[in-house]
Amino acid sequence: MPTIGDHHIVKSFDEELKRLHDALARMGGLTEQQLSGALDALERRDSDLATRIMNDDVRVDECEEFINEQTVRLLALRAPVADDLRVVIATLKAAGNLERIADHAANAAKRSLVLNQMPQVGPMRSLVRMGRLVNGLLAEVLGAYLTHDAERALAVRSRDQEVDDLYSSLFREILTYMMEDPRTITAGTHLMFIAKNIERIGDHATNIAEMTYFLVTGRKLNDQRPKRDTSTLEGGAEE
Amino acid sequence: MQEPPLKMTARAVKVHYGAKLALKGIDLDIPTGQVTALIGPSGCGKSTFLRCLNRMNDTIAGARVSGDITLDGQPVTGPNGIDPVLLRMRVGIVFQKPNPFPKSIYDNVAFGPRIHALFKDQTHLDEIVETALTRAGLWKEVKDRLHEMGTGLSGGQQQRLCIARAIAVSPEVILMDEPCSALDPIATAKVEELIDEFSGAYTIVIVTHSMQQAARVSQRTAFFHLGELVELGDTAQIFTAPRHQLTQGYITGRFG
Repeated sequence: MPTIGDHHIVKSFDEELKRLHDALARMGGLTEQQLSGALDALERRDSDLATRIMNDDVRVDECEEFINEQTVRLLALRAPVADDLRVVIATLKAAGNLERIADHAANAAKRSLVLNQMPQVGPMRSLVRMGRLVNGLLAEVLGAYLTHDAERALAVRSRDQEVDDLYSSLFREILTYMMEDPRTITAGTHLMFIAKNIERIGDHATNIAEMTYFLVTGRKLNDQRPKRDTSTLEGGAEE
Repeated sequence: MQEPPLKMTARAVKVHYGAKLALKGIDLDIPTGQVTALIGPSGCGKSTFLRCLNRMNDTIAGARVSGDITLDGQPVTGPNGIDPVLLRMRVGIVFQKPNPFPKSIYDNVAFGPRIHALFKDQTHLDEIVETALTRAGLWKEVKDRLHEMGTGLSGGQQQRLCIARAIAVSPEVILMDEPCSALDPIATAKVEELIDEFSGAYTIVIVTHSMQQAARVSQRTAFFHLGELVELGDTAQIFTAPRHQLTQGYITGRFG
């Protein structure tokens, strides 16, 4: 009697899917490192590290390129369906989001080089704190993605509101800082842009959470009356 | 979204071949004007089910069919069932291997209209033959050799001839039992194009071993396994997010 297994009858198909999975895991790890490196560079005013982060962005791009090629190949040669199709599509989209995240990290590193030419500004601490929160969410969503854990992904998604709240308060903090001392306007403006970079990274992490949900369940999140769900989830996430 | 009306229904359909229970009670609705694909591994009962729809199992010794099948609400089986000859005019069938009669192309297509006396005069019969061959996408290829043997055509042409023969009696439902498995990709594409063109005008039920074919031509897909209907759904849903583990295992090739 036929049974269903975890493995495809055609083993090379499994191997190709595993290669895709491993490539995304590698890209995710690299992207996390890029973001955390950029935050270290900001916090420690470390221009060498910032330069390295900027140069290493190309490594993330290479990962994305590999995943793109592998995806096209799989679609053309294997014509995947059902969960296989969802894996391939979700990986392609997740890789796109990771590439954007790494760009934002590199951009933050680039601005840190300019900031290092000026005296230290106060709101930097809040900025780095927000960055660490987002990096934590990124690590969490990658874990959820790679282990196909939809619940964990939803929990990450519901926490994006924390990032948005921090961003709003940081925005006011920087603004106040600049109004009090107009000599800090240049530095403050760079901080604003970095804050925006980090806030955008949070949005990309949310996208990956939504991809994870699609990958696991085959359903899109927005057909689920997000408002009510989000509030429920936020309650759950605080526990 | 409004559901299309039902052309055929099956309720608790069971089929025994001797002592073997081949179908274990199938409930399935066939919506009007749509293409319904039946998929599943060999021996799962999909062809057996297809053959119930126009009582082809009647001709198999030892086959017993129970349950209720209707066509436009009329019973297909049982004492009040539609006369099988009339039923098979309304529910045509195309088989896996092209099986033209050893007659001319013309006579193959004219066969049904002749036995059912569906034409007024020779001109009318000519029209019926031309229309059927045209709709089957074969007219241009054969119009100058209508009196050559149907068996002399290529495999793909023979299968389209069989389709022309099936539609010459203006059936309401066309059953197709792996109609492309003996055809090359180009002939397959031509048959699939016909199925596309036919949908709306005819109700089609197709058994196929090619999952990609089911995905390409049908609006609804039914997955059979071990004589049972495991899952029925919109074809796009079945191939992107099947609900049942067995369906997923089968269509992704993780079976066995």
